[in-house]
Amino acid sequence: MSTQVHALDVLLKEHPFFHGLAPEDLEILAGCAKNERFEKGQFLYRENQNADRLFIIRQGTVSLEIYSARRGAIVFQKVREGDVLGTSWIVPPYVSGCDARALETVRAVSLDGPCMRRKCDADPRLGYELLKRSVAVLVGRLEAAHFQLLDLYRNPLERPRHG
Amino acid sequence: MAEPAIAARGTVPPVSPMAIRPFVVCGVRRETRDTFTLELESAEGGPAPRFLPGQFNMLYAFGVGEIPISISGDPTRRGPLTHTVRTVGVVTRAMERLEPGGVLGVRGPYGEGWPVEDAAGADVVVVAGGIGLAPLRPVVLSVLAERERYGRVALLYGARSPKDILFRAELRRWRSAFHMDVEVTVDRGDRTWRGDVGVVTRLVPRAPFDPARTVAMICGPEIMMRFAAQELVRRGVARDAIWVSTERNMKCGVGLCGHCQHGPLFVCKDGPVFRYDRVETLLSKREI
Amino acid sequence: MVVFDRDALDHLVTALRDRGFDVVGPTVRDGAVVLAPLESGAELPCGIRDEQNAGRYRLRPGGDGAVFAHAVGPGSFKRWLYPPEATLWAARRTEDGFALEPSERRVRKLALLGARSCDVAALAIHDRVLASGPHLDADYAARRAGAFVVAVDCLTPGGTCFCASTGTGPSVAGEFDLRLTELCDPGRHLFLVEAGSDAGREVLRGLPHRPASDAERADADERRRAAADRMGRALDVDGLPAILARADDDPRWEETAERCLACGSCTLACPTCFCHTVEDRTGLSGERAERVRLWDSCFTLEFSYIHGGSVRASRAARYRHWLTHKLSGWVEQFGTLGCVGCGRCITWCPAGIDHTVEARSVRESHATRGVHP
Repeated sequence: MSTQVHALDVLLKEHPFFHGLAPEDLEILAGCAKNERFEKGQFLYRENQNADRLFIIRQGTVSLEIYSARRGAIVFQKVREGDVLGTSWIVPPYVSGCDARALETVRAVSLDGPCMRRKCDADPRLGYELLKRSVAVLVGRLEAAHFQLLDLYRNPLERPRHG
Repeated sequence: MAEPAIAARGTVPPVSPMAIRPFVVCGVRRETRDTFTLELESAEGGPAPRFLPGQFNMLYAFGVGEIPISISGDPTRRGPLTHTVRTVGVVTRAMERLEPGGVLGVRGPYGEGWPVEDAAGADVVVVAGGIGLAPLRPVVLSVLAERERYGRVALLYGARSPKDILFRAELRRWRSAFHMDVEVTVDRGDRTWRGDVGVVTRLVPRAPFDPARTVAMICGPEIMMRFAAQELVRRGVARDAIWVSTERNMKCGVGLCGHCQHGPLFVCKDGPVFRYDRVETLLSKREI
Repeated sequence: MVVFDRDALDHLVTALRDRGFDVVGPTVRDGAVVLAPLESGAELPCGIRDEQNAGRYRLRPGGDGAVFAHAVGPGSFKRWLYPPEATLWAARRTEDGFALEPSERRVRKLALLGARSCDVAALAIHDRVLASGPHLDADYAARRAGAFVVAVDCLTPGGTCFCASTGTGPSVAGEFDLRLTELCDPGRHLFLVEAGSDAGREVLRGLPHRPASDAERADADERRRAAADRMGRALDVDGLPAILARADDDPRWEETAERCLACGSCTLACPTCFCHTVEDRTGLSGERAERVRLWDSCFTLEFSYIHGGSVRASRAARYRHWLTHKLSGWVEQFGTLGCVGCGRCITWCPAGIDHTVEARSVRESHATRGVHP
């Protein structure tokens, strides 16, 4: 095992997303992992384009945005150090529904989607473990999104934006 | 429960709790597009009445109507009576038009307040949503006035958008004084907003406090309070260490008109601040 | 314990009026026994009986001269002690803003004639709700402080009565100035009279009376005892507050809501309902404003309105709130049931909804569903 992979191995082990996975699994996943760095303004992924990676943000802030020509980029969430980003790798067509843009220098560990899928196909048990964890992230995002949709702080005198 | 204190036969009738006192507007400040702060002084002279953080007054606009508004001022100083008001209806619109010299009727202060004293020795987490920051401001000011009595202090505040953030300058001062954590997030950002975007509940998992010795106080829309309380519980804060401030229709403010009932609780006199374990089940029920 | 006769009852009315009391008591009007100001005892009912059931009320002649051989009618003394409309204060615009006008609360003394056990219990409940604790309803307290209560034991409970179940009758308990038990038979018409206060004793002294015989006392005791067995309804209150507190999702509420018109008749007829609203009124010139207290009902949509909408939007929620408050929440708030078993809400509901039936239904479904925390 290369030094690089070994270091990533350790990183993954420390992150809550991978808690409970056996060392062998981590070693396997580390083989799909690499360190990445994004400068301010760079995209981690783009809407409707290939988004075939899982990111663990180690440093910096990433803005999740949808661009509107009329309104500019609408930021609906920001993720930062410690957050997990990118669950599209598990659902075909492995394409993202939004842009993810670095707001400052961002260092992340990314895990390659096709690599992880191969390993999950080979070992469905590992696939199940990753699926559980990805779904948890998705559920959290969805609940937060519900909230924002409610526009709770809207002044009742205003007409509602939705329904 | 008090013994019936009904006036004995033939004695002078008691003073009505519905009698208002005139207060003069001595300061008006626009906070956001639909929110403003009024500073009031008694028209009859004398200092403004003492109040506890979390209490409210019934404010009366002559000939228009009367509504409950939380006191948003500093309880540690005998300054003017301060109310931060959001324009949501006829009476608040009338109040919005007040200028210095204008007069409001005041009754109060009423209600049970936040457990600021009982939080001494613990970490304090204040979670505010929207206008909910106004009734919590007296908590922060009380805690900061005796900072050494408390552990870590964190304010988590969610607003609709950057333009809707209340008390901006004060928030900046609190944050930059290093002795409390201030996290502000908005539901939707704008082009210039550099801060957090997302619901305020997302700030709870990461906030710096020790769940085992924390007193949490939450105020905002009811949905937000429910979810924030659940996040705090998930993080290990005991249900009897979490407090919320609820709101219902009030006509009298003193437990006589029946309007503010939330289940068996009178929000005006049993609350508006409640310990979470007392209202958790009620909050989960519909149309109650 | 003394007795006096039917004529003495007329003298009682006069004696109270002479002492400056407005006497409010039962009288027959528009086919019902209503409470109204009385100028003389001649206006009291004579030989009237009533038939009451859910959504049904009829009077019929009883063939004798009994004054109180009927159960309560649609009104209660609430109308006089806690009037539907009362001005709380008035204010005038001034140069500096506004000033309250000095209060001229001139309250006429009231004598409540014919207060049944449920009425007396309702008075005690209102005293607790409106006139104890740090904030009083000053208007109620003033009217109540001067009131003279002539209580009457119910010997012919009505078809919708269940005061025996709520522990509030049919015999009078609690505070009164005079208490009457009517002994009306062919050939004699007497009232056993007990004074319950110095004021009562003072009035009684001026009326023709004599000591009660042992036989008369025993007769009165027997009639009171028999009345307790003749309730038209029953309500099992054992454990009911706790059951109702957890019954918010009972399917019964939706079923009842189909029939309930949310008309609020129950809250109007109920002697313990106290919910009110406050109206701020100005004259056309805007120079003078008044705050007025008005009866309100939790059955209106506006009652629970907060900016954005009403908390209790559905009729099911509003009916549930009223019943739960009356038979459960009240206990937590004030230490007693809010219901005195008078049956007015059952009789005067246009849909004939019977809350003893509703409560029983919730109790039964609670038992079958099992206890949840």
